[in-house]
Amino acid sequence: MADRPMISIENVSRYYGVYKALDDVSLQIGEGEFFSLLGPSGCGKTTLLRSIAGFDVPTSGEIRIDGVASTLLPANRRPTNMVFQNYAIFPHLDVGENVAYGLKRLRLDATEERRRVSDALDQVRLTGLDRRKADELSGGQRQRVALARALVMRPKVLLLDEPLSALDKKLREQMQVELRSLQQAVGITFILVTHDQYEALALSDRIAVMFGGRIAQVATPKEIYQHPRTRKVADFLGGMNFLRARLLADRKGDVSVDAAQFGTVNLAKPAGFTASDGHVTVGIRPERLRLLWDDERAPHELTGRVENRAYFGEVTHLTIGVDGLEQPLSMIETNDYGADDLPVGAEIRLAYDPDAFVLLADDEMALRA
Amino acid sequence: MSTAAIVSAPEKPAPAKGIRWLHGEEARGLAMISPTLLYALALLLLPVLLVIAYSFWTQNYLDIDRTFTFENYRLALTEPIYRDLFVRSLWISLLTAAITVGFSYPIAWYISFHGGPHKNLWLFLVTIPCWTSYLLRVMSWKVILGYGGVLNTGLMATGIIEQPITSLLYNANAVVITLVHSWAAFAILPIYVSLQKIDRSLIEAARDLGDGAVRSFLRVTLPLSMPGVISAFLIVMIPTVGDYVTPKLVGGKDGVMIATAIQAQFGKSANWPLGAALSVTTMVLVSLAAAAVVLALRFAVRRIR
Repeated sequence: MADRPMISIENVSRYYGVYKALDDVSLQIGEGEFFSLLGPSGCGKTTLLRSIAGFDVPTSGEIRIDGVASTLLPANRRPTNMVFQNYAIFPHLDVGENVAYGLKRLRLDATEERRRVSDALDQVRLTGLDRRKADELSGGQRQRVALARALVMRPKVLLLDEPLSALDKKLREQMQVELRSLQQAVGITFILVTHDQYEALALSDRIAVMFGGRIAQVATPKEIYQHPRTRKVADFLGGMNFLRARLLADRKGDVSVDAAQFGTVNLAKPAGFTASDGHVTVGIRPERLRLLWDDERAPHELTGRVENRAYFGEVTHLTIGVDGLEQPLSMIETNDYGADDLPVGAEIRLAYDPDAFVLLADDEMALRA
Repeated sequence: MSTAAIVSAPEKPAPAKGIRWLHGEEARGLAMISPTLLYALALLLLPVLLVIAYSFWTQNYLDIDRTFTFENYRLALTEPIYRDLFVRSLWISLLTAAITVGFSYPIAWYISFHGGPHKNLWLFLVTIPCWTSYLLRVMSWKVILGYGGVLNTGLMATGIIEQPITSLLYNANAVVITLVHSWAAFAILPIYVSLQKIDRSLIEAARDLGDGAVRSFLRVTLPLSMPGVISAFLIVMIPTVGDYVTPKLVGGKDGVMIATAIQAQFGKSANWPLGAALSVTTMVLVSLAAAAVVLALRFAVRRIR
């Protein structure tokens, strides 16, 4: 993060009657950062974004944008611009007029305005489409118009409300790449709201994962995927095999647990972690388990049996039953050795790395205590 | 590509030409509307054709001389009395439509944007005046606007005026006031519908791009609600040109409109061809005025940027 925060959110809460859409959220977002708000629907991520944009006023707390107290500032007086989920392209205006909409207020001379509009259209690769009517645009083009219309205002912060959710998969992946390079080209702060964890992981400098109006964890994509702090965060960011493990030793920086068939495992302990009843939850990602073929050996092995198999083209998802474990393990195997041909019921051996286990808090309260 | 496959697929063989139209969507649609269509033809188109035919004939005491003549139109367009009545009728109807739309827009806007969960209740309340007879509503304006009416006695009781105002009733203003009240509900509904259709995120986008409340209204809400404004304008303007009851009851001699003259030709004067020519001329003038209004409103909205 840059030295001075571009967006500073301090103890912001938003109540709708008794329902808490935002519950004491504090967050700082740096200048030039690509920041994602990730969470399931109803987690408050959109409410938070709309509070930053000025469309929603928090019940309490303070929002500062570039050092300016902005909690009660109307949307038209904030240095932010938004790309709406449905793009909100003005249907009575053509592409050029849509992009120039916000510039009219600045009373630029005609050539300067035209130059800025065509620059913005170049930036989103819509060169020469300025006379196109709004209803003649494809979904991807509408999204680009919405981006150009916001970027042409040269905002300090660009807000994106699930901008890619309406596009098909291929186009979405292409737009993710473009969005990332666009952000690097213009160098301003982007705040993206999404429920797609892969999108957040691929695009962001940092991610805030939200549940029930609270921020569960803020970290870089790699950190948040590899070291989720709670069970919920781990689960939301992808597949995870959860295990109830008995606590053997609770030291200052780490713990030792008895992870059933996996044996004794040492784990780093996140700050503020406390085990309640001598048991803790640990997890290991499915891709960190590996099938052993023929006479291949590994330092840490388990035997099990294939209970289910799902073919995904480049990979196969396997469910492996292991004696002595309550839950079967799920694992992801590439298909280059023939995992896609393993029959259900086959006896297999798998390798694991004890360092790949993470210690997970069962809920946030366990971390706050 | 799948599109290529679709394009190259052979088209479904067309059924024999003679019977095809009997089976299509179109045929079914026509069958559905045919009772209404026949009804409309018999009771709308035929009478209009008859009126047009009459307008080219001549009244000869009790019979009709059916030789083709433009004499009725010459009279309708050159007699000063008719010209004055045409101008006044058009003026009153345009004024009524403009005022009605002007008053109805804020109401429709309020219901659409701030009606909350009670939008339907508001709309229901708007239609309540229509439950009483049109005639009664016009008569009640006589009670309000008259010499010893509610307005005059009220103003005198509060001391704002000392003498009753005589210019309230029996003139063109009274006609406009009464018509505006009668037609308000019919203007509110189309404007409300067009406002309801506006995606609220468009207004947020306008705010986000720097517009204040007034500018976002002028640049987004108003242009997008224009279809409703135009239909409200026409719904009010077209029928009021030929309104007969209101001028008769509250218009006095200064509020006489063209319908009174038409009625006189079909009634006391017993000159149906002249009455028909006046009617046809009114229709043409209304159509021209309506077209001019639509173009003018569209142009005005394009100018707001």
